[in-house]
Amino acid sequence: MEKELRLMKGNEAIAEAAIRAGADGYFGYPITPQSEILEYLMEANPQTTTGMVVLQAESEVAAINMVYGGAACGKKVMTSSSSPGISLKQEGITYIAGAELPCLIVNVVRGGPGLGTIQPAQSDYFQATKGGGHGDYHLLVLAPSSVQEMADFVELGFDLAFKYRNPVMILSDGAIGQMMEKVWLKPQKKRSEEILPWATTGKPASRPRNIITSLDLDPERQEKFNFKLIAKYREMEENEVRFEEFMTDDAEYIFVAYGTSARLCQKALQLARAEGIKAGLLRPITLFPYPKKRLNELADRVKGMLAVEMSAGQMVEDVMLSVNGKTRVSHYGRMGGMIPTPDEVLENMKSFIKG
Amino acid sequence: MAEITFNDIIKPENLTYKKSKLMTDNVMHYCPGCGHGTAHQVLAEVLEEENLQERTVGITPVGCSVLMYNYIDVDFQEAAHGRAPALATAVKRLMPDKFVFTYQGDGDLAAIGTAETIHTCNRGENILILFINNGIYGMTGGQMAPTTLEGMKSSTSPYGRDISMMGSPIKMADIVAMLPGTCYVTRQSVNTAGGVRKLKKAIKKAVQYQNEKRGTCFIEVVSNCPSGWKMTPVESNKWMEENMFLFYPLGDIKVPAEK
Repeated sequence: MEKELRLMKGNEAIAEAAIRAGADGYFGYPITPQSEILEYLMEANPQTTTGMVVLQAESEVAAINMVYGGAACGKKVMTSSSSPGISLKQEGITYIAGAELPCLIVNVVRGGPGLGTIQPAQSDYFQATKGGGHGDYHLLVLAPSSVQEMADFVELGFDLAFKYRNPVMILSDGAIGQMMEKVWLKPQKKRSEEILPWATTGKPASRPRNIITSLDLDPERQEKFNFKLIAKYREMEENEVRFEEFMTDDAEYIFVAYGTSARLCQKALQLARAEGIKAGLLRPITLFPYPKKRLNELADRVKGMLAVEMSAGQMVEDVMLSVNGKTRVSHYGRMGGMIPTPDEVLENMKSFIKG
Repeated sequence: MAEITFNDIIKPENLTYKKSKLMTDNVMHYCPGCGHGTAHQVLAEVLEEENLQERTVGITPVGCSVLMYNYIDVDFQEAAHGRAPALATAVKRLMPDKFVFTYQGDGDLAAIGTAETIHTCNRGENILILFINNGIYGMTGGQMAPTTLEGMKSSTSPYGRDISMMGSPIKMADIVAMLPGTCYVTRQSVNTAGGVRKLKKAIKKAVQYQNEKRGTCFIEVVSNCPSGWKMTPVESNKWMEENMFLFYPLGDIKVPAEK
């Protein structure tokens, strides 16, 4: 398959990009609003073309543990789900992080808590960026704000997962998963045939047996391992922070928003500028590692930052930690599947400016 | 008659069984008299005799055999509690030429991992599930398992398992035998030399069926837990024969047609 321009849903773009990125396996379970990923892959039937395995598991729990098994073989494997399903996957995710395995997890977020709604939300930010399961660990979290980025972040996510031997999450939402946009798809990559030295692929005479585990009953060794993980996360903070800025050069007030909210803030920003308000926007693309340094720099010269999220206020805590009291920070959010309008966002910026 | 000493007995010509080359020198953490060590040895013998080391991936459970990867010299993945069959599913699908097995206890396979066990067998994944059933949670200190017999005491059924409150012990081998995806289901034991030989034969068959891609092989090993049952090894084997074997009778439950 060559490079190609298509009109697709965000979910479909993820599925198609996974095939083209040379993924070895996808293990999923249906849940709205992301079932198109599994459906698309089943219809595309890549087992017969690239050899990619696609399997509908009996539960989200089984699906993430299939990902664990596949990742432990050094294979490029992924799963996807939406909020309640991602909660079920947390057990597997912490094992994968603890066993230092690469994999890609897609969360097309819907409103919660509990069964919540099937409409878009950004209320899984804490779960995605602070660990999610038990134990000290982080995922590397990518936040797409377009269908194009849904596609692009699949390959980027796999690359980062293997670079750090760490699970990577694409934190999307029901709006980006369901909306259609044009998307450039990359040409088909061949699946890798490389046998990774740490992978469980059968023990040849040339190496000791490989053991993939997250267990160490010796607390001193376990603590050493915890320090090793911390060092890895610091390295990510050093090398992998990604963000985008709009009109921040002369901005007095800054919107901080990711994903769907960032799209809304782009429009709100135009409206604000038309009214003579010197607004800007910082869109974090990686939510872990978070663009702390850049926000801290901007805090030296702006009058305030307004975090806009479809949640009760989760990412705003990272904005506050980043600026460490240097500037005013506030939050505006809608919840339960409600999406704010650009006008609404602008009005909130205006009242924030008034103080 | 002269007294027979240890050294008189331990001579190469007297040794019927020897340690498999695939068993490591690590000191086992299993309690004296426990069946796990014997089951490990039998499995290692088959892997060695069938030249499977280079293409074997084993999945260990959570429970007493969580550290099995320390004892057998093949590649291992350590699963979360009950999830071993899900890992094995992916390993086999992604690398169909490997020999893939899970090794699971009764809590792991028949309680927390019931869904994974049933659905892996129902899909007919070409793997071997080795199920050690000793009717108790050994690792956590002797709690009631789904396979604990009626009236049997444990730390969470201190007055004996009352089936009106706690349900009946579950016969997993019989359940998975009903699923079209399983090709070979058998119940064995390792308490006698004869039992050890039969288990070895069963594992060899499972290797053959996996090579022939015939579906899931499920081998239950009814075993003992001297520590959990609070018995000596000898007493525990006697109790197992008199009680466990009545409820979990040994023998083949499902055998595929010969090709």
